[in-house]
Amino acid sequence: MSIDFIIAAFITVVGLTTPILLAGLGELVVEKSGVLNLGVEGMMLIGAVCGFALTYTYGFDYPGIAPWGGILAAAAGGALSALLFGFLVLELNSNQVATGLALAIFGTGLSSLIGQGFTGMIITPFGSIFPDALATGRYTQVIFGYSPLVYFALAMVPAVHWFLNRTRAGLILRAVGENDLSAHSIGYSVKQVRYAAIAFGGAMAGIGGAYFSMVITPMWAEKMTAGRGWIALALVVFAGWRTGRLLAGAFFFGVLMTLELYAKASGFSLVPSEVWAAMPYLMTVVALTLISRRETAGGNAPACLGKPFLPTA
Amino acid sequence: MANISRRTLIKTGAAAATLSAIGAPVLAADKIKIGFVFLGPIGDYGWTWAHNQARLMVDKELGDKVETVYVENVNEDASAIPVIRDLAKQGCKLIFTTSYGYMDQTIQVASEFPDVKFEHCTGYKRAANVATYNSKFHEGRAVLGTISGMMSKSGTIGYLGSYKVPEVVLGVNSMALSAQKKNPNAKIKLVLIDSWFDPPKEAAATQTMINLGCDIVATHTDSPGPLQILEQKKLYGFGQGADMSKFAPHAHLTAIEDYWGPYYIQRAKAVLDGSWTSTDTWDGIKEGTVRFAPYNKVMPDDVKAAADAIRKGYMDGTYNVFTGPIYDQDGKLRVKEGEVISDADLAVMDWFVKGVETAS
Repeated sequence: MSIDFIIAAFITVVGLTTPILLAGLGELVVEKSGVLNLGVEGMMLIGAVCGFALTYTYGFDYPGIAPWGGILAAAAGGALSALLFGFLVLELNSNQVATGLALAIFGTGLSSLIGQGFTGMIITPFGSIFPDALATGRYTQVIFGYSPLVYFALAMVPAVHWFLNRTRAGLILRAVGENDLSAHSIGYSVKQVRYAAIAFGGAMAGIGGAYFSMVITPMWAEKMTAGRGWIALALVVFAGWRTGRLLAGAFFFGVLMTLELYAKASGFSLVPSEVWAAMPYLMTVVALTLISRRETAGGNAPACLGKPFLPTA
Repeated sequence: MANISRRTLIKTGAAAATLSAIGAPVLAADKIKIGFVFLGPIGDYGWTWAHNQARLMVDKELGDKVETVYVENVNEDASAIPVIRDLAKQGCKLIFTTSYGYMDQTIQVASEFPDVKFEHCTGYKRAANVATYNSKFHEGRAVLGTISGMMSKSGTIGYLGSYKVPEVVLGVNSMALSAQKKNPNAKIKLVLIDSWFDPPKEAAATQTMINLGCDIVATHTDSPGPLQILEQKKLYGFGQGADMSKFAPHAHLTAIEDYWGPYYIQRAKAVLDGSWTSTDTWDGIKEGTVRFAPYNKVMPDDVKAAADAIRKGYMDGTYNVFTGPIYDQDGKLRVKEGEVISDADLAVMDWFVKGVETAS
């Protein structure tokens, strides 16, 4: 096994890890504020189509700036769709699970609608911004060969950790997620905090979706995220709402999936392929079970997760 | 695409009654509604896109004699039953269910609507009002295999498939046998990803096969994602189901195009004139169901000529890739010299030929 072989495999792992890491980080913050948004898949698709649409539309005239604009559009699209969810669950106190599932379906449909004029088009992949010598060099590509989104995702891991654990705003966010009534009684606006968290989660999911439509396969196709949003959701639970574990979990997922492909292409299988096919669903079932038993799930689960905020006074 | 209203339904009924009274064939109709059940979105630029193009051909060819409706993104589970039933209740007299996984659902709904004709794509269960149709994609794969055998420098060809179903097994085997005719040492690496449409996984699988030495990757899944990876790596591949050259102008050597239009028109006409019967159709290159996108200009002339020779062989019936001797993966002789695998045996083929590397 040569070093080139390992480098190429590692690059595949990074490609599979990044989008679920982005979406997972966003969802982690949302859940820490006490809101369960199951609509990650829908928000990712909206981000994917918005990012592609903007990059495609302006890519010919402004090739340097267009992809950055595309990322902003993806974040904005994801955040806006998340705020719609936020309005329903925060203002109308609708059931978070049902509303989140509705957002997943709505996002799938809306992204198809927006994307109607963009199927069959392609853009230049949003690749490395480092000089070619570094980005495509035999060894240097391991560090410099990725899309800016990869570095952004990695930087967001310590940033989110720092925000949640070391800043006043993060402390308030966690307080809202642990005991909304207490936070409310000492004067914090539970709704504002949750709106902000939901918007951030949507933006991150949108950027994660754009990784598919702008980096891996630079095109728009309906349902192109193929269920990664659900995996991101499950990861947050498996990570016990901790950022470091989320990174490890996303990377582990990338490694597992890559190993599966290498095993198959080399003529043997680690486990029967039916098990792989069932894996996302199994993981979702296990994750939802863990959510419902959150008192025992590591103790780090926000106490108000999924519960409506109903101040009595 | 307009919804049929009660009034137009009565009108159509009255018109049909009048027609039969004046001596037209009893079962003939002057206008029929045709329903289509699609697996993916019509914008997938592959399987469903091709079926929808065929639907549009029916509209164009038969004009105001037909009205077509479709439902896209229909899952291959019990949820397909109410979708098909709803089309029948809307007044569709002919319903195409365009994926293998609708087989039992089609049979069930067909038993509830004996007056409605059903056409199920790629299945094998038929009834008095259920016909089946399929395309000999493996004939197209013989052409792709010939091209790959001549153009692959490493002699290792990747094949990205969905599931181990006969259609994919035939495709892989056809590709391997054809490539080996041009390069006896050619090998096929097969990766089945347990999905027909998953662009990120298709892309990762393509990267994997490239890393394992494949310099040509053929796809038997539905997205153009793999071609985009091949384009970035300056390697070659083929479109699946439709011309995908705009996704990868350099990498796209040619594509197998599914061309269902003529069959759909023929079946719609049969319902219109009352001559429809339950049939089992398996057409290929000769009948025009399997077509090819234009060759990429990077293909050398001798490769083009060899590809054309295979196509011509299928056109005039002188060539069949499944002609013995054929050995299986373990080196056992499965088809003797000069023997040809029958269509019936092909339809249930579940073993791989020599030179195919895969996880079982």
